[in-house]
Amino acid sequence: MSETIALEVLRYNPETDNEPSFQSYTVPYKDEWVVLDALNHIKDNLDATLSYRWSCHMAVCGSCGMTINNEPKLSCHTFLRDYRGGVIRVEPLDHFPIERDLVIVMDSFMDKLSSVKPYLIPKEDKPLSTGEYLQSPGELQAFHQYTQCINCMLCYAACPQVGLNEDFVGPAALALAHRYNLDSRDAGRNARAEIVASNEGIWECTFVGACSQVCPKNVDPAAAIQQTKISASVDWLKDLLTPRAHR
Amino acid sequence: MSPRPYVRKIQRSWWLHHPRYVVYMIRELTCLFVGLYCAMLVVGLVRLAQGQAAWDAFLAALCSPLVVILQLVCLVFAIYHSVTWFALTPKAMPLMIKDEPVPGSVIVGAHYVGWAAVSIVVLIAAGM
Repeated sequence: MSETIALEVLRYNPETDNEPSFQSYTVPYKDEWVVLDALNHIKDNLDATLSYRWSCHMAVCGSCGMTINNEPKLSCHTFLRDYRGGVIRVEPLDHFPIERDLVIVMDSFMDKLSSVKPYLIPKEDKPLSTGEYLQSPGELQAFHQYTQCINCMLCYAACPQVGLNEDFVGPAALALAHRYNLDSRDAGRNARAEIVASNEGIWECTFVGACSQVCPKNVDPAAAIQQTKISASVDWLKDLLTPRAHR
Repeated sequence: MSPRPYVRKIQRSWWLHHPRYVVYMIRELTCLFVGLYCAMLVVGLVRLAQGQAAWDAFLAALCSPLVVILQLVCLVFAIYHSVTWFALTPKAMPLMIKDEPVPGSVIVGAHYVGWAAVSIVVLIAAGM
Protein backbone atom coordinates (compact mmCIF):
# COMPACT_ATOMS: atom_id res chain seq x y z
CA MET A 1 0.00 0.00 0.00
CA SER A 2 1.34 3.42 -0.90
CA GLU A 3 2.28 5.92 1.80
CA THR A 4 -0.31 8.38 3.14
CA ILE A 5 -0.31 11.41 5.43
CA ALA A 6 -3.05 12.71 7.74
CA LEU A 7 -4.44 16.25 7.64
CA GLU A 8 -6.60 17.82 10.33
CA VAL A 9 -8.49 20.70 8.79
CA LEU A 10 -10.51 23.27 10.72
CA ARG A 11 -14.01 23.41 9.24
CA TYR A 12 -16.70 26.04 9.76
CA ASN A 13 -19.99 26.29 7.93
CA PRO A 14 -21.71 29.59 8.86
CA GLU A 15 -25.09 28.17 7.90
CA THR A 16 -25.01 25.12 10.17
CA ASP A 17 -22.14 25.40 12.70
CA ASN A 18 -21.99 27.38 15.93
CA GLU A 19 -18.22 27.03 16.10
CA PRO A 20 -15.40 25.54 14.02
CA SER A 21 -14.24 21.95 14.51
CA PHE A 22 -11.47 19.77 13.09
CA GLN A 23 -12.07 17.17 10.40
CA SER A 24 -9.49 14.51 9.55
CA TYR A 25 -8.52 13.42 6.06
CA THR A 26 -5.96 10.94 4.80
CA VAL A 27 -4.28 11.82 1.52
CA PRO A 28 -1.55 10.16 -0.56
CA TYR A 29 1.96 11.21 0.44
CA LYS A 30 4.18 12.50 -2.35
CA ASP A 31 7.60 14.05 -1.92
CA GLU A 32 6.85 16.85 -4.37
CA TRP A 33 3.41 17.71 -2.98
CA VAL A 34 2.75 20.85 -0.97
CA VAL A 35 -0.12 21.27 1.52
CA LEU A 36 -2.17 23.00 -1.20
CA ASP A 37 -1.86 19.86 -3.37
CA ALA A 38 -3.20 17.81 -0.46
CA LEU A 39 -6.14 20.22 -0.05
CA ASN A 40 -6.84 20.06 -3.78
CA HIS A 41 -6.79 16.26 -3.54
CA ILE A 42 -9.37 16.43 -0.74
CA LYS A 43 -11.54 18.87 -2.70
CA ASP A 44 -11.38 16.81 -5.93
CA ASN A 45 -11.62 13.30 -4.49
CA LEU A 46 -12.80 13.21 -0.88
CA ASP A 47 -14.91 16.21 0.10
CA ALA A 48 -16.04 18.82 -2.42
CA THR A 49 -17.46 21.04 0.34
CA LEU A 50 -14.01 22.10 1.65
CA SER A 51 -13.46 25.84 1.04
CA TYR A 52 -10.11 27.64 0.78
CA ARG A 53 -8.51 30.35 -1.32
CA TRP A 54 -5.74 29.74 -3.81
CA SER A 55 -4.67 30.84 -7.24
CA CYS A 56 -1.11 30.72 -8.55
CA HIS A 57 0.45 27.75 -6.70
CA MET A 58 3.85 29.48 -6.89
CA ALA A 59 4.11 31.90 -3.93
CA VAL A 60 3.26 34.94 -6.03
CA CYS A 61 -0.45 35.67 -5.61
CA GLY A 62 -0.57 35.55 -1.80
CA SER A 63 -4.01 33.90 -1.69
CA CYS A 64 -3.33 30.60 0.07
CA GLY A 65 -2.06 31.77 3.48
CA MET A 66 -3.08 29.38 6.28
CA THR A 67 -1.96 28.35 9.74
CA ILE A 68 -0.08 25.09 9.27
CA ASN A 69 0.95 23.38 12.51
CA ASN A 70 0.70 26.66 14.44
CA GLU A 71 2.77 28.61 11.90
CA PRO A 72 1.37 31.09 9.34
CA LYS A 73 2.47 29.79 5.93
CA LEU A 74 1.61 29.82 2.25
CA SER A 75 0.13 26.37 1.66
CA CYS A 76 1.66 26.34 -1.84
CA HIS A 77 5.08 26.83 -0.29
CA THR A 78 4.86 24.21 2.46
CA PHE A 79 5.94 20.69 1.49
CA LEU A 80 4.36 17.54 2.91
CA ARG A 81 7.89 16.08 3.19
CA ASP A 82 8.65 18.48 6.04
CA TYR A 83 5.87 16.82 8.07
CA ARG A 84 6.48 13.20 7.00
CA GLY A 85 5.38 10.72 9.65
CA GLY A 86 3.34 13.34 11.50
CA VAL A 87 -0.05 15.00 11.27
CA ILE A 88 -0.56 18.29 9.43
CA ARG A 89 -2.99 20.61 11.18
CA VAL A 90 -4.43 23.24 8.84
CA GLU A 91 -6.36 26.24 10.19
CA PRO A 92 -7.38 29.63 8.80
CA LEU A 93 -5.00 32.55 9.42
CA ASP A 94 -5.15 33.80 13.01
CA HIS A 95 -6.55 37.25 13.89
CA PHE A 96 -9.12 37.25 11.07
CA PRO A 97 -12.80 36.24 11.27
CA ILE A 98 -13.54 32.91 9.55
CA GLU A 99 -15.85 33.24 6.56
CA ARG A 100 -16.03 29.49 5.90
CA ASP A 101 -13.54 26.66 6.54
CA LEU A 102 -10.08 28.08 5.68
CA VAL A 103 -11.43 31.27 4.10
CA ILE A 104 -10.98 34.38 6.23
CA VAL A 105 -12.71 37.76 6.06
CA MET A 106 -10.03 40.17 4.84
CA ASP A 107 -12.01 43.41 4.68
CA SER A 108 -10.16 44.97 7.61
CA PHE A 109 -6.83 44.29 5.91
CA MET A 110 -7.96 45.87 2.64
CA ASP A 111 -9.16 48.98 4.51
CA LYS A 112 -5.85 49.29 6.37
CA LEU A 113 -3.88 48.82 3.17
CA SER A 114 -5.69 51.60 1.33
CA SER A 115 -5.55 53.90 4.37
CA VAL A 116 -1.76 54.35 4.03
CA LYS A 117 -2.04 55.63 0.43
CA PRO A 118 0.13 52.90 -1.09
CA TYR A 119 0.90 54.65 -4.38
CA LEU A 120 3.27 57.32 -5.65
CA ILE A 121 2.25 60.84 -4.69
CA PRO A 122 4.54 63.09 -6.77
CA LYS A 123 5.46 66.56 -5.57
CA GLU A 124 3.89 68.06 -8.67
CA ASP A 125 2.34 66.66 -11.81
CA LYS A 126 4.81 66.78 -14.66
CA PRO A 127 3.74 66.74 -18.30
CA LEU A 128 4.75 63.62 -20.24
CA SER A 129 7.00 65.76 -22.44
CA THR A 130 9.43 66.28 -19.55
CA GLY A 131 10.31 62.58 -19.73
CA GLU A 132 10.54 59.82 -17.18
CA TYR A 133 11.53 60.06 -13.53
CA LEU A 134 15.13 58.93 -13.25
CA GLN A 135 16.28 56.81 -10.35
CA SER A 136 19.79 55.56 -9.51
CA PRO A 137 20.40 51.90 -8.57
CA GLY A 138 21.05 53.08 -5.01
CA GLU A 139 17.72 54.93 -4.85
CA LEU A 140 15.98 51.78 -6.09
CA GLN A 141 17.78 49.58 -3.60
CA ALA A 142 16.62 51.80 -0.73
CA PHE A 143 13.04 50.50 -1.09
CA HIS A 144 13.24 47.50 -3.45
CA GLN A 145 12.89 44.88 -0.69
CA TYR A 146 9.54 46.35 0.37
CA THR A 147 8.10 46.07 -3.14
CA GLN A 148 8.17 42.27 -2.79
CA CYS A 149 5.09 42.14 -0.53
CA ILE A 150 2.31 39.95 -1.99
CA ASN A 151 -0.34 40.93 0.62
CA CYS A 152 -0.62 37.34 1.86
CA MET A 153 -1.42 38.53 5.42
CA LEU A 154 0.88 35.98 7.09
CA CYS A 155 2.45 38.88 9.01
CA TYR A 156 -0.98 39.91 10.36
CA ALA A 157 -1.58 36.36 11.55
CA ALA A 158 1.85 36.26 13.24
CA CYS A 159 1.63 39.67 14.93
CA PRO A 160 0.18 39.49 18.47
CA GLN A 161 -0.46 43.24 18.43
CA VAL A 162 -2.83 42.76 15.47
CA GLY A 163 -4.68 40.17 17.54
CA LEU A 164 -4.77 42.33 20.66
CA ASN A 165 -5.78 45.59 18.95
CA GLU A 166 -7.92 45.22 15.86
CA ASP A 167 -7.32 48.87 14.93
CA PHE A 168 -3.55 48.40 14.54
CA VAL A 169 -2.69 49.25 10.92
CA GLY A 170 -0.36 46.24 10.91
CA PRO A 171 2.95 45.14 9.39
CA ALA A 172 2.29 44.83 5.62
CA ALA A 173 0.47 48.16 5.28
CA LEU A 174 3.13 50.01 7.30
CA ALA A 175 5.92 48.35 5.29
CA LEU A 176 4.22 49.44 2.07
CA ALA A 177 3.87 53.00 3.38
CA HIS A 178 7.61 52.92 4.16
CA ARG A 179 8.30 51.63 0.63
CA TYR A 180 6.63 54.72 -0.90
CA ASN A 181 8.13 57.09 1.66
CA LEU A 182 11.60 55.85 0.66
CA ASP A 183 10.93 56.23 -3.06
CA SER A 184 12.84 59.19 -4.53
CA ARG A 185 9.88 59.91 -6.86
CA ASP A 186 7.44 60.26 -3.98
CA ALA A 187 6.49 63.28 -1.86
CA GLY A 188 3.56 61.81 0.07
CA ARG A 189 5.20 61.20 3.45
CA ASN A 190 3.25 63.89 5.28
CA ALA A 191 -0.01 62.72 3.71
CA ARG A 192 0.68 59.18 4.98
CA ALA A 193 1.89 60.31 8.41
CA GLU A 194 -1.67 60.96 9.63
CA ILE A 195 -2.27 57.18 9.68
CA VAL A 196 1.29 55.84 9.80
CA ALA A 197 2.49 57.94 12.75
CA SER A 198 -0.78 57.69 14.71
CA ASN A 199 -1.31 55.59 17.84
CA GLU A 200 -2.82 52.83 15.68
CA GLY A 201 0.14 53.05 13.30
CA ILE A 202 3.81 52.46 14.07
CA TRP A 203 3.48 53.17 17.79
CA GLU A 204 1.26 50.14 18.31
CA CYS A 205 4.20 47.96 17.22
CA THR A 206 6.32 46.59 20.07
CA PHE A 207 8.94 44.97 17.81
CA VAL A 208 7.97 41.36 18.40
CA GLY A 209 9.56 40.72 15.00
CA ALA A 210 7.29 37.77 14.16
CA CYS A 211 6.07 39.52 10.97
CA SER A 212 9.53 39.38 9.44
CA GLN A 213 10.12 35.80 10.58
CA VAL A 214 7.05 34.46 8.76
CA CYS A 215 7.25 36.64 5.62
CA PRO A 216 7.57 34.28 2.61
CA LYS A 217 9.11 37.06 0.50
CA ASN A 218 11.73 38.33 3.02
CA VAL A 219 10.14 41.78 3.13
CA ASP A 220 11.05 42.49 6.79
CA PRO A 221 8.10 44.69 7.88
CA ALA A 222 9.56 44.90 11.41
CA ALA A 223 12.57 46.76 10.04
CA ALA A 224 10.31 49.10 8.04
CA ILE A 225 8.28 49.97 11.14
CA GLN A 226 11.33 50.63 13.35
CA GLN A 227 12.85 52.88 10.66
CA THR A 228 9.54 54.73 10.37
CA LYS A 229 9.51 55.21 14.16
CA ILE A 230 12.92 56.90 13.94
CA SER A 231 11.95 59.15 11.00
CA ALA A 232 8.60 60.03 12.64
CA SER A 233 10.44 60.97 15.85
CA VAL A 234 12.85 63.17 13.89
CA ASP A 235 9.86 64.81 12.15
CA TRP A 236 8.22 65.43 15.53
CA LEU A 237 11.42 66.99 16.92
CA LYS A 238 11.84 69.21 13.84
CA ASP A 239 8.22 70.29 14.19
CA LEU A 240 8.79 71.13 17.84
CA LEU A 241 11.92 73.20 17.16
CA THR A 242 10.73 74.94 13.97
CA PRO A 243 6.91 74.83 14.05
CA ARG A 244 6.26 76.60 10.76
CA ALA A 245 9.07 75.23 8.62
CA HIS A 246 7.58 71.78 8.16
CA ARG A 247 4.28 70.38 6.88
CA MET B 1 -19.50 37.94 3.18
CA SER B 2 -21.12 35.10 5.06
CA PRO B 3 -24.04 35.86 7.39
CA ARG B 4 -22.02 34.80 10.44
CA PRO B 5 -18.24 35.06 10.24
CA TYR B 6 -16.71 33.25 13.23
CA VAL B 7 -14.45 35.44 15.37
CA ARG B 8 -11.81 33.60 17.42
CA LYS B 9 -10.94 35.39 20.66
CA ILE B 10 -7.25 35.76 21.47
CA GLN B 11 -6.41 33.87 24.66
CA ARG B 12 -4.61 35.36 27.64
CA SER B 13 -1.99 32.64 27.24
CA TRP B 14 -1.28 33.57 23.59
CA TRP B 15 2.38 34.15 24.32
CA LEU B 16 2.84 30.56 25.54
CA HIS B 17 1.72 29.10 22.22
CA HIS B 18 4.97 29.67 20.30
CA PRO B 19 8.63 29.91 21.40
CA ARG B 20 9.11 33.21 19.55
CA TYR B 21 6.44 34.87 21.69
CA VAL B 22 7.97 33.49 24.90
CA VAL B 23 11.36 34.96 23.91
CA TYR B 24 9.61 38.27 23.18
CA MET B 25 7.86 38.31 26.55
CA ILE B 26 11.16 37.64 28.36
CA ARG B 27 12.64 40.63 26.54
CA GLU B 28 9.67 42.73 27.65
CA LEU B 29 10.07 41.46 31.21
CA THR B 30 13.68 42.68 31.35
CA CYS B 31 12.40 46.27 31.44
CA LEU B 32 11.12 45.70 35.00
CA PHE B 33 14.62 44.87 36.23
CA VAL B 34 16.28 47.64 34.22
CA GLY B 35 13.69 50.01 35.74
CA LEU B 36 14.34 48.64 39.21
CA TYR B 37 18.05 49.33 38.86
CA CYS B 38 17.34 52.86 37.60
CA ALA B 39 15.16 53.43 40.68
CA MET B 40 18.07 52.25 42.83
CA LEU B 41 20.34 54.85 41.17
CA VAL B 42 17.75 57.59 41.75
CA VAL B 43 17.57 56.64 45.44
CA GLY B 44 21.38 56.88 45.48
CA LEU B 45 21.22 60.43 44.11
CA VAL B 46 18.65 61.44 46.72
CA ARG B 47 20.79 59.97 49.50
CA LEU B 48 23.86 61.77 48.11
CA ALA B 49 22.00 65.08 48.27
CA GLN B 50 21.13 64.37 51.92
CA GLY B 51 24.78 64.44 52.96
CA GLN B 52 27.76 62.23 53.82
CA ALA B 53 26.04 60.08 56.45
CA ALA B 54 23.07 59.26 54.22
CA TRP B 55 25.40 58.44 51.32
CA ASP B 56 27.57 56.13 53.47
CA ALA B 57 24.43 54.34 54.68
CA PHE B 58 23.31 53.91 51.08
CA LEU B 59 26.71 52.45 50.10
CA ALA B 60 26.56 50.07 53.06
CA ALA B 61 23.05 48.97 52.05
CA LEU B 62 24.30 48.23 48.50
CA CYS B 63 26.79 45.75 49.98
CA SER B 64 24.25 43.66 51.87
CA PRO B 65 23.95 40.12 50.37
CA LEU B 66 20.30 40.56 49.35
CA VAL B 67 21.01 43.79 47.44
CA VAL B 68 24.10 42.25 45.81
CA ILE B 69 21.98 39.34 44.58
CA LEU B 70 19.35 41.80 43.34
CA GLN B 71 22.00 43.74 41.44
CA LEU B 72 23.35 40.54 39.87
CA VAL B 73 19.83 39.61 38.73
CA CYS B 74 19.41 43.11 37.28
CA LEU B 75 22.76 42.72 35.52
CA VAL B 76 21.72 39.44 33.91
CA PHE B 77 18.46 40.95 32.62
CA ALA B 78 20.21 44.15 31.47
CA ILE B 79 22.74 42.08 29.50
CA TYR B 80 19.95 39.98 27.96
CA HIS B 81 18.10 43.18 27.04
CA SER B 82 21.22 44.79 25.54
CA VAL B 83 22.34 41.74 23.56
CA THR B 84 18.88 41.14 22.05
CA TRP B 85 18.53 44.85 21.29
CA PHE B 86 21.96 45.08 19.64
CA ALA B 87 21.01 42.08 17.50
CA LEU B 88 18.01 44.06 16.21
CA THR B 89 19.86 47.31 15.45
CA PRO B 90 20.61 46.52 11.77
CA LYS B 91 16.83 46.43 11.21
CA ALA B 92 16.15 49.72 12.96
CA MET B 93 19.21 51.58 11.72
CA PRO B 94 20.31 50.25 8.32
CA LEU B 95 23.15 52.26 6.80
CA MET B 96 23.98 52.88 3.15
CA ILE B 97 27.42 54.12 2.17
CA LYS B 98 27.80 55.07 -1.51
CA ASP B 99 24.70 53.08 -2.54
CA GLU B 100 26.00 49.97 -0.76
CA PRO B 101 24.33 48.65 2.39
CA VAL B 102 26.61 48.35 5.41
CA PRO B 103 26.61 44.68 6.62
CA GLY B 104 24.51 44.04 9.72
CA SER B 105 27.51 42.55 11.54
CA VAL B 106 29.33 45.90 11.25
CA ILE B 107 26.35 47.79 12.73
CA VAL B 108 26.02 45.30 15.60
CA GLY B 109 29.80 45.31 16.13
CA ALA B 110 29.83 49.12 16.32
CA HIS B 111 27.29 48.94 19.15
CA TYR B 112 29.50 46.52 21.11
CA VAL B 113 32.52 48.80 20.54
CA GLY B 114 30.45 51.74 21.79
CA TRP B 115 29.33 49.72 24.82
CA ALA B 116 32.95 48.78 25.63
CA ALA B 117 34.12 52.41 25.19
CA VAL B 118 31.44 53.79 27.51
CA SER B 119 32.16 51.05 30.07
CA ILE B 120 35.88 51.89 30.06
CA VAL B 121 35.15 55.60 30.55
CA VAL B 122 32.79 54.79 33.45
CA LEU B 123 35.31 52.42 35.04
CA ILE B 124 38.11 55.01 34.75
CA ALA B 125 35.84 57.72 36.18
CA ALA B 126 34.79 55.41 39.04
CA GLY B 127 38.42 54.62 39.82
CA MET B 128 39.39 58.27 40.10
